Amino acid sequence: MSNATSAHSVVEPSATTKRIAGIIVVLYAIVTMVPLAWIFMTSFKSPPDSISYPPKLVFTPTLEGYCNLFTTRTRQTPEYIQSLGPPQSTCDEITRSRNMVIAGPSNYWPRFTNSMVIAFGSTFLAVFLGTLAAYGFSRFRVPLADDLLFFILSTRMMPPIAVAIPIYLMYRELGLSDTALGMILLYTAVNVSLAVWLLKGFIDEIPREYEEAAMIDGYTRLQAFRKVVLPQATTGIAATAIFCLIFAWNEYAFAVLLTSGSAQTAPPFIPTIIGEGGMDWPAVAAGTTIFLVPILVFTILLRKQLLRGITFGAVRK
Amino acid sequence: MINSDTTILEKEPERAAASTPASLARRIGGLSDRAIAWLFITPTIALLLAINIFPLIWAIRLSFTNYRANRPNAVLENVGLQNYQRVLTDSDIWIAMQTTAHFVFWTILLQTLIGFSLAYLIDRKFRGHAFWTTVILIPMMLSPAVVGNFWRFLYQPQIGLFNYIVSFITGVPPSSFEMLGSVSLAPWSIIIVDTWMWTPYVMLICLAGLRSIPDYIYEAAEVDRASAWRQFWSITIPMALPFIMLAVLFRGIENFKMFDMVMLLTGGGPGSTTEVASITLKREAFESWRTGRASAFAIILFVAVFGLANIYVKALNRVKQR
Repeated sequence: MSNATSAHSVVEPSATTKRIAGIIVVLYAIVTMVPLAWIFMTSFKSPPDSISYPPKLVFTPTLEGYCNLFTTRTRQTPEYIQSLGPPQSTCDEITRSRNMVIAGPSNYWPRFTNSMVIAFGSTFLAVFLGTLAAYGFSRFRVPLADDLLFFILSTRMMPPIAVAIPIYLMYRELGLSDTALGMILLYTAVNVSLAVWLLKGFIDEIPREYEEAAMIDGYTRLQAFRKVVLPQATTGIAATAIFCLIFAWNEYAFAVLLTSGSAQTAPPFIPTIIGEGGMDWPAVAAGTTIFLVPILVFTILLRKQLLRGITFGAVRK
Repeated sequence: MINSDTTILEKEPERAAASTPASLARRIGGLSDRAIAWLFITPTIALLLAINIFPLIWAIRLSFTNYRANRPNAVLENVGLQNYQRVLTDSDIWIAMQTTAHFVFWTILLQTLIGFSLAYLIDRKFRGHAFWTTVILIPMMLSPAVVGNFWRFLYQPQIGLFNYIVSFITGVPPSSFEMLGSVSLAPWSIIIVDTWMWTPYVMLICLAGLRSIPDYIYEAAEVDRASAWRQFWSITIPMALPFIMLAVLFRGIENFKMFDMVMLLTGGGPGSTTEVASITLKREAFESWRTGRASAFAIILFVAVFGLANIYVKALNRVKQR
C-alpha cells in the first residue's frame, strides 16, 4: 500500500502503458511532420530534382528556389549571357546556368510585407479594442450584456464568402477595396469577437479587490485599469494576440476576394507562383517555408499560452 | 460569504472618496464608471455593426433584388422571394449541400476518433509528452491555403510523395491513381488534408476534457475493482463527452464554411465532385455575378448554421447537466 501515499498512485498508468502510448504518439507526430519536412526539403532542391521519380531524399541543396522566389527572369541566348560581365551574386550565377538573366524583383516581398502590416495592424487593433470591451463586460453591469456577448460571438458563424459579398460592395463604395486599411478593419472585426471572449475570461480571473485597493489609494478607475489590471492580464493578452495574429496571417478567403494588387497578402499570392512550363515547386516551397517560419517560431515560443488559450476559449464558450 | 465581502469592498472606495477632499478632483479628472463602461465597449460594438451587421442587413436587402455587382448602374428590381425560391429548388445547390455534409461528416468522424485517441494516449503522461504535444499541434497553426497549395504537389501522381508512400506500402503503382483528378478520390484528398491539419485541435479540447476528470473518481472505481475497460466506458467517456461534443461543434461550424483548402486543392473539381457550399456561393457571387441570388444563398447558409448550432448547443447543455 505504499503507493497510496502519492496523490496519483492508483490512476498512474503502468510503465508499459506509458511506453506504448509514447511510441504511438511519437509515431503520429513524425508522420504529421512529413509534409512540412518535405516542403522544407523541396525549397532547397533544383527544379529537376523536385520532380524526379522516385522522390529524392538525398540531393545537392541549392538556393535556386529562393532565387526564383524573389526574382523574375527572362530567357536569353548563351551568346548574350557570355557577353555579360561576371555574375553579381549567387542568384545571378544560378540563373545564368539555366540560360536566363534576372529581370527584376518578384512580387513576393511586397506581398509578404502586406501580410506583416495587415496581420500586425489588425492584431494590435483587435487586442486593443478587445481588452477595453472585455474589461467593460467583466467589471460593469452592462445592459443586455449576455445578448451583446452572444451577438459578438455569433458574427463568427457566418461563412466568410457570405460576409465577403456585402463587404465587397461596401468597400467598393468607400474606396477601401484592395487597401491595407480595408483588410485591417475587416480582420479586426473578425478577430475582436474572439478577443473579447478570451480576454473577458482572463480579466474575470483577476480579483476586483486589486483595483478597489488601488482606487482607495487614490487611483482613478482608468489608472487602476492601466496600472493594476493590464499588468495582471499580460499573459491573457499575449495569448489572445497570438490567436488573432495566426488568423490574420493565415487568412485566405477574404484576401483572395477583396485584394488583387497593391494590398494582396501572401496566402493568395503563393499559389500563383509559376515557373516556365508549369509550377516552380522549389520556389513555391521556398515561399511557403518563409511564410510558415514566423508562425512556427511563435507556436514554439508561446506554446504554453497557446495551449491555455485554446482549451480555455473552448471551455468557456 | 464571498458576495458579502465584495459588497463591502465595493462600498469602500465610495466611502473613502466621500471622506477625502481629493475626491472632488478625482471625480472630475476620472470618468464615472458608467462612462468608462460605454467608452470601452462602444468602439467594439461600433466596429462590429459597421463591418458585420450593416453588411449583413445589406445582404438581406440585396437578396430580395436582382442586383448584379458587375452592373452597379442597372435598374434595381424587387423580385420578392424569387431568389430564395430559386436557390432552394436549384438541384446544383442541393448537391453542393450534400457534398458539404459528406465532408463535415467524415472529417469530424476521423478527427474525433484520432484526436480523442491521441489525447487519451498523451494523458498517460509518458516522458516528453509536453514536447510531442507541441509538435503535433504545429499543422493547425499553419495557413490552410498555403499548406493546402503545397499538398497539391504531394498528391501529384508520378512525382508526389503521397502517391509514392502509398505505393510503397500497398504496392499499387504510384501513377495508377490520381488523388486530385479522380472523381472517387478527390473528396478524400481534401478529407485527408483537413484531418491532418485539424486533428490536433480536437485533440487539445479532448485533452482539456480528460484533465478535468478528478483523480478521486478513478480511485473510487479502483477501490470498487472496476476493470480498466469499465472505467473507460463509464467514467472517461461520459465525463469527457461535453468536451468531445464541443470540439465537434467547433469543427462542424468551421468545416461547414470550408473554402480555402478546397479552393486550392481541387477548386471544386473534378467536375463538381468537391464543390462545397462555399465554392458554389463564390461562383454565384464572384463569377456569375448574380449578387442577389448569392446573397439569398448566403442568408440561407447562415440561418442553417445558426439554427443547427443552436439545436446542438441545447443538446450539449443537456449532456453537461447530467
